[in-house]
Amino acid sequence: MNGTVPKIRIRNLHKAFGEKVVLDGVDLDIGQSESVVIIGGSGTGKSVTLKCILGLLHPDAGSIQVDGEEVVGLQGQGLERVRRKFGMLFQNAALFDSMLVWENVAFGLIQGQAVGRREAKAIALEKLAAVGLRPQVGELSPAELSGGMRKRVGLARAIATNPDIIFFDEPTTGLDPIMGDVINDLIVETVKQMGATALSITHDMASARKIADRIAMLYEGKIIWAGPTPEIDQSENPYVEQFIHGRAEGPIGMQVRAL
Amino acid sequence: MPILQPIGRAFLGFIEVAGRLTLFAFTGVSHCVRPPIFLRLTLRQMVEIGFYSLPVVGLTAIFTGMVLALQSYTGFARFSAESAIPNVVVVSITRELGPVLAGLMVAGRVGAAMAAEIGTMRVTEQIDALDTLATNPFKYLVAPRLIAGVTMLPLLVLVADAIGVFGGYVVSVFKLGFNPGNYIKNTMDFMEPIDVISGLVKASVFGFLITLMGCYHGYNSKGGAQGVGTATTNAVVSASILILCFNYFITELFFAR
Repeated sequence: MNGTVPKIRIRNLHKAFGEKVVLDGVDLDIGQSESVVIIGGSGTGKSVTLKCILGLLHPDAGSIQVDGEEVVGLQGQGLERVRRKFGMLFQNAALFDSMLVWENVAFGLIQGQAVGRREAKAIALEKLAAVGLRPQVGELSPAELSGGMRKRVGLARAIATNPDIIFFDEPTTGLDPIMGDVINDLIVETVKQMGATALSITHDMASARKIADRIAMLYEGKIIWAGPTPEIDQSENPYVEQFIHGRAEGPIGMQVRAL
Repeated sequence: MPILQPIGRAFLGFIEVAGRLTLFAFTGVSHCVRPPIFLRLTLRQMVEIGFYSLPVVGLTAIFTGMVLALQSYTGFARFSAESAIPNVVVVSITRELGPVLAGLMVAGRVGAAMAAEIGTMRVTEQIDALDTLATNPFKYLVAPRLIAGVTMLPLLVLVADAIGVFGGYVVSVFKLGFNPGNYIKNTMDFMEPIDVISGLVKASVFGFLITLMGCYHGYNSKGGAQGVGTATTNAVVSASILILCFNYFITELFFAR
């Protein structure tokens, strides 16, 4: 981790839905300009962690600091101010169906920063070019795009406002391996160019190895291992070993009902 | 007593939903009166609710006026009271049938569409995306629809009133042999401003209820396509029931002696 004050500091984060405990004391620091990937199986609370940081879900207990400022409990304009530091690529891109592609990319500029439509369109086309899409794509509607193009547009929207922090929610899910690698390259390139802090969640180990400076593994609501990416193969943690090698046998039991 | 448990649970559930709905309504209304207002989105919703609902509301109104004149004639003829038909038509249309039928038709057309659109945005994370782009979904999605509903329903009902009365005129003059001049004179003489005003107040309240139900059920939908379908059904059913309930209370407010 670079620097002394983490860009994001999570301490003892708890979140439950009814009786189901999803986060059970998550601790994690993410340094300035660092790229951290949280890995873990489906339903282990990766997305919930991201949503708690963004204020989309309210944690039951714990602390989340962004640039040293506590964000748990923030509301209204205070929350909007903090959210302006973030960009996010959603799992299925979450593009607005009712808008053209360029309007999607320019949305944060027009609504969040009061940039004029003409100037915002120029910036949006620049960002589309940065993710390898031609200007003509800007005039299409999201329904006309392939899965890979949707991810690219989602990435362009996430970086359009030059945010300090970018979140990537399962960036390669649903893509073929080549397109997945293209998206990984784009993520690495854009994050480095912008000097942004990145937090990604995935269960795609190829993607994690490519985009992460550090990897943290979430299991049963806790971070059970965290360390630099090259060290994950020597973690000597049986849970991590099982996950990164994708083995059915191991301490991580799958709840499968016999037929 | 085991029999009391489900009743108590249902009552508590009702209180919870009523509380959530009230909070949702207050938040939505507070964003309607606080800048910034998204004018472009509000105008788009006004066109969607007002202009595109004109054909269905107009057709409903004209046939309602025609049937009203015909049924009144068959009834009133027994007492030689046919001359009261213009009065019955104009009062029924302006006070009750115009606002209620327009409200129910718009609830079916617009309320369902709103719940489906916002519900789809919810389950595809588009509302979360709005949040992360520092845009308040209440301000962006709910407030423009509430403003459009409250302002456009009265205009629609005004048109429905005119078309409904015209429907009664057509049947009375061309089928039942009324004198056109007398029919219009009777209508104008009998109609009072309070008849139209009460209808417009009802329309405004109905517009609020329709858009509120559409937004509330869409905003809180979950569970994918099935959840959106449920939200759509709930939006139409709850808006229709609330229209009929509030119609009684507003009528009592205006006309109870």
